[in-house]
Amino acid sequence: MRLERRAHVPLVLVATAPLAAIAVALMLAAGLIAAAGVNPLTAYAEMARAAFGSRGGITELLTRATPLMLTGLAAAVAFRARLWNIGAEGQFFLGALTVAWAGHFLLPGVLGGPMGMAALMVMGMVAGAALLAGPAYLRMRFGVDEVVTTLLLNFVAILFVGLMIEGPLRDPLAFGWPQSVPIDPDYRLPRLVERTRLHAGLLVAIAAAAVVWLVLSRTVFGTEARALGHNATAAGFAGVRLTRTILGVACLSGGLAGLAGAIEVMGVTRAVTTTMSPGFGYAGIVVAMLAALHPAGVVAAAIFVAAVFVGADGMSRATGVPSFIADVIVALSLLTMLVALVFTSHRIRR
Amino acid sequence: MTEALELLTTASLWASVLRIATPLIFGVLGALICERAGVLNLGIEGIMTMGAMVGWLTVYLGADLWTGLAMAAVAGAALGLLHALLTVPLGLSQHVSGLGITLFGSALAYYLYRLIVEVGQLPPTIARFPRLHIPVLSDLPFIGPVLFQQAAPTYLALAAVVGLAWVLARTPLGLALRMTGENPHAVEAQGLNPIALRIGAVMAGSALMALGGAFLTTVAFNSFFPEMVQGRGWICIALVVFASWRPGKALLGALLFAFFDAYQLRLQTVIDGVPYQLFLMAPYLLSILALVLVARRAEVPAALMAPWRRGER
Repeated sequence: MRLERRAHVPLVLVATAPLAAIAVALMLAAGLIAAAGVNPLTAYAEMARAAFGSRGGITELLTRATPLMLTGLAAAVAFRARLWNIGAEGQFFLGALTVAWAGHFLLPGVLGGPMGMAALMVMGMVAGAALLAGPAYLRMRFGVDEVVTTLLLNFVAILFVGLMIEGPLRDPLAFGWPQSVPIDPDYRLPRLVERTRLHAGLLVAIAAAAVVWLVLSRTVFGTEARALGHNATAAGFAGVRLTRTILGVACLSGGLAGLAGAIEVMGVTRAVTTTMSPGFGYAGIVVAMLAALHPAGVVAAAIFVAAVFVGADGMSRATGVPSFIADVIVALSLLTMLVALVFTSHRIRR
Repeated sequence: MTEALELLTTASLWASVLRIATPLIFGVLGALICERAGVLNLGIEGIMTMGAMVGWLTVYLGADLWTGLAMAAVAGAALGLLHALLTVPLGLSQHVSGLGITLFGSALAYYLYRLIVEVGQLPPTIARFPRLHIPVLSDLPFIGPVLFQQAAPTYLALAAVVGLAWVLARTPLGLALRMTGENPHAVEAQGLNPIALRIGAVMAGSALMALGGAFLTTVAFNSFFPEMVQGRGWICIALVVFASWRPGKALLGALLFAFFDAYQLRLQTVIDGVPYQLFLMAPYLLSILALVLVARRAEVPAALMAPWRRGER
């Protein structure tokens, strides 16, 4: 038995691969739910009910999906060009921190309303982009593997956030856990649905997916980035300026992760804490892979991952299954999706 | 300032260097075996977390400490097998598969832990490996506490360095492993199976990584808690590059890193007015700096991350 690369990948396979992967992941996780002494079918029904069964559940999962869409896009953009940005978590935090600082000290009284919000988002993006530009430059200039540098910078970024919110950006009015100063109420993103947490950031995330799609498929930069991902040497011979393109990809990818942090502060948390992200950056990698690195797929995959997290929280309260089952399901679906991708791009020959 | 220098002469600093280095030594050796055979194993962080959990759990359920280490190694090898199957015969992206293993390993470890210990409960503790007391040697001034009063797994890690260096440099198996990482076609021409060699190497390496994790719960601490690996796995991936894929240099790198870590911990108590986060950042930033310094002349295994299929070039 051997694997043979398909000359043409049928669209049906591309569309069904993530669904098959998710189904297998849910089946595998069922064994773990059973180990907790709960009927897996009951648990999954409870998860679906918690995620989709009420207005509160649906708005909550869309709120959760918003940063995941952006970190998912960040991973998709980078991975397409084979820039292994594993640092979305750190870029998220740096974007969030920048927004808290600018939204409290810098902008109030200078720029108000929508202009101020737009400025904050751009500043969050710049912060995220700057954090990834460093590792991208080190790779092109010195050949330093960006996987390790971006991973290590996550720890540095979160320590830096801790340093700032216990120091210069500390909220003097907050009791208990340290948190940053809040942004000016003027910059809070409007609610999409009253009395829920769902905010206009969702629309920004979906718009970002559309823009990324256009950039990747309709611009010279997008073509160059994809060429780089397929074969960097060949792309170089074809006249793609490697360093410039990689730095461009890094700015786009880091910017998207920074934007995720910016929007989370402006839409949900108002201020920055070191615990504000339940691993949005890392989950973004799963989102991107489930979407087969396609921007439109990222939106759907982010909703799935968010549904697992929101559903598992509700299910955990109802049945007592530890809510870490959500992380297990998400990680398993990444692994099963990888296997599914082999069978979409290859066929088995005897 | 003189206080900061006086710290360097205390035996407790140098004793803790060896203790802090031990999980890194296990981890870096594990990553080194995998990469020498041509497979990058970014599952290390999750494998260490799993090792920490399984080592603790085995002892907590009544087995002795060595059984705990053995079970951790078995769990690590199992996760390694999963990574190997995805990346070697299926030839999937080693980056993404490795990250998947890390996410899966840590999530599974936390889930299984929560099945036993409920939220809000204090982490249950176990009796740790005692410090050894070797007659005469342990009582030597300075050298005694630094070198001869460590817990047994530390000596196991040092033995592993020597053992691995010997296997890689002096045995046919070591030659075959190194060749698999440089040129798998040559391995096949010798009548050996590169796929089997790579799978074996990743399993063995992952078992070592898991021992590093288990050290945390059976020696350094006496309980398991989420996020306890704290990026040690990623540090090990950086240390392998720093060490140019050589066991001896890997030991040196782990000791150097552990020295900075131990020293910054003690400096925090001596130097006032500097936020503690700056000290905690230093080891990560130093790792990045070390990578920049060595990256140009790194002797990367030629077939690292290149999947191999029979009959394909």
